[in-house]
Amino acid sequence: MKHVNAVVVGAGAGGGIVAKELATAGLSVVLLERGKWYTARDCRKDDLRNQRTTVLGNAFGPDDGGQPRVTVGADGTVRTVLPSEGIYNNDAACVGGGTLSYGAQAWRYMPQDFRMRSTYGAPEGSSLEDWPITYDDLEPFYDKAEYEIGISGDYSGTPFKGPRKRDLPMPPLPPNREFSILEPAAKRLGLHPFHLPMARNSVPYNGRGPCMRCRWCCGFACEVDAKNGSQNTVIPVALATGNCELRTECMAAWILTEDRGHARGVTYIDADGKWQEQSSDIVVVSACAIESARLLLNSKSRLFPNGLGNRYDQLGRHLQGHHYTGAIGYFDFDTYDDVGPGASIAVTDYNHGTPGLCGGGMLANEFIRLPIHMVDRVPKDTAHWGLGHKQAMRAWHRRSIIIMGPTQQIPTATARVTLDPAVRDKWGLPVARIQGNVHPHTFEIGDIQSKRAEAWLKEAGAIHTNLTGGHPTLVSAGQHQAGTCRMGDDPRVSVVNKFCQLHDVDNVFVIDGSVHVTNGGFNPALTIMAVAYYASDALVRNWKGTKFRS
Amino acid sequence: MFNRREFMTAGALAGAALAASSTGCRRTSYGFLNDHQASALEAICDQIIPADDFPSASQAGVLNYIDLQLMGHYRRHQKTYRDGLRQANELSRNRFGVELAAASPQQQFQIVSAIEKDNEPFFDLVRAHTMQGYYGTPRHGGNRDAVSWRMLGLDEPPLRGRAQYDLTAETKR
Repeated sequence: MKHVNAVVVGAGAGGGIVAKELATAGLSVVLLERGKWYTARDCRKDDLRNQRTTVLGNAFGPDDGGQPRVTVGADGTVRTVLPSEGIYNNDAACVGGGTLSYGAQAWRYMPQDFRMRSTYGAPEGSSLEDWPITYDDLEPFYDKAEYEIGISGDYSGTPFKGPRKRDLPMPPLPPNREFSILEPAAKRLGLHPFHLPMARNSVPYNGRGPCMRCRWCCGFACEVDAKNGSQNTVIPVALATGNCELRTECMAAWILTEDRGHARGVTYIDADGKWQEQSSDIVVVSACAIESARLLLNSKSRLFPNGLGNRYDQLGRHLQGHHYTGAIGYFDFDTYDDVGPGASIAVTDYNHGTPGLCGGGMLANEFIRLPIHMVDRVPKDTAHWGLGHKQAMRAWHRRSIIIMGPTQQIPTATARVTLDPAVRDKWGLPVARIQGNVHPHTFEIGDIQSKRAEAWLKEAGAIHTNLTGGHPTLVSAGQHQAGTCRMGDDPRVSVVNKFCQLHDVDNVFVIDGSVHVTNGGFNPALTIMAVAYYASDALVRNWKGTKFRS
Repeated sequence: MFNRREFMTAGALAGAALAASSTGCRRTSYGFLNDHQASALEAICDQIIPADDFPSASQAGVLNYIDLQLMGHYRRHQKTYRDGLRQANELSRNRFGVELAAASPQQQFQIVSAIEKDNEPFFDLVRAHTMQGYYGTPRHGGNRDAVSWRMLGLDEPPLRGRAQYDLTAETKR
């Protein structure tokens, strides 16, 4: 197999951008993706089998055959879990990764989010830390992501944001009914509501049309291709250079190293089940926090007996996602207008600055509800089943609003990914074992966020409310998973340096959510993208290798 | 890709085909469930979603949904169903002297309430699957003719395209 400059493992938010940046700079790239390449035609609008409601399976991978994980509960209970179970902590496995089917909220983190330890101090027992880079370092790359991927929205309503050089490239979608109900209420409370940023075309952009505002959005591929992910933006650009080859249904097994401790390529299993070796000058791991850690842990050799990048037992630690909390409000008038994507209005007033709390999170209204989503969201005094439940479904489906948000988790070193000693996947590779939890202060913050959501709903006229959230006993790190290959200056307490390069091996990079030191009080996709542009920029500038060889 | 007109036509044809196949006859035999199990499950599902102005669970095809899934994605739950339905019938015989299907609605309610308390894993599964079959997409054999969606006041088939929505009033607000 022909030698290439770079192998990129994972064609998601991070890997797609890396492939495009390296390929346009003239490097030869092989982009490995364990899933398939789906398109708008695979939308299917299946309420029971998508990436959000997975009771009949994950629409965009992984499927339930031979790809389990193992979880360890707070009481030590060890369970083997399937990809379609929530506790699996899945993100999609396909070209585009999560960005094919995400809700597409496209947030910049705030400057404080990169300086959490300096801002608040680390609660005892936590591993709260500063990033080695700042918001200002990332700002040009946030901007690049917003324009290359295509973001709509309008930040002008809030003072709680980092400085930005220019506005988003697209205006927000026209407000839906929930926006019109919630905006004046937020203003009466002294909050600063605005049109949240979305990787979704509100007007024609990048050669594709605008959102048609259907009911099937978050969790689905977009039927009219108006949702912007790496699969319909950067990856086609990478392929058009002629320098990048995308190989789908190829599962990376381990990174190969030579005697001097450099990586020399990747071993993978191709779509026909054949084992292959792809040699390369550099390897970029972009497989999402849990699978990136697993790949590095599985890359054992004489020089690296505990896996690549794991000299100080840091690899796989600080696993985090977001602690989602909020409230459901029930109204005596119709709130539902059947106009997607639904999520439309947000406040960032509560992300930072509450005395006694280490951060907070953004609050926004929820994506449009499908009927199946309402089943367990009827008012709390309603019967669980029977005629009362059926009547409640009728009474409240069109008369309710959910406000919630991603409370920033306070990470711990004990929330982690390791290799399970017994369970193997269909290729014979040890699977990821997930254990531990975030710091309990996270739940104190989350509970207060719920109350804030409830207050907003009441101000908007809610006649009943339910609080949502709870206190999970296992780290919740699904589609927002982050933190397993922490970025830092000190090799003893981090896995990669501030350019996403392994401290241990200078030609291996980790470029995805794994490197997030903390995960902000926001959906992480745009930050993963910005970090990918930033790290690729450094990589290309420092590239001393051979140029593309045909 | 279809253009819009073709798309609508194709959708209408598919809808007609679906309607023909799902309203024509009620299935009398299932792939996994035997008749005995099916009648007990019907009683339980119809307690979870009874009929009122709108169909009950079984009338909307929920048994069809559950049966199909027990031969597919939910194959792993076959034993739970087999055991749970047997116990439900036993309980009904012990308390009321008849199979669950033959018990009165009030007696069926008592049995289902007892199962909810005493056999939670089974009840939770049946409840979840009943809700999925009733409120989920018709493509998996339940929610016959999208009846639950219409009950909730949702357009089916949905209106497509932003031109369908009058957003000007909200924009001007």
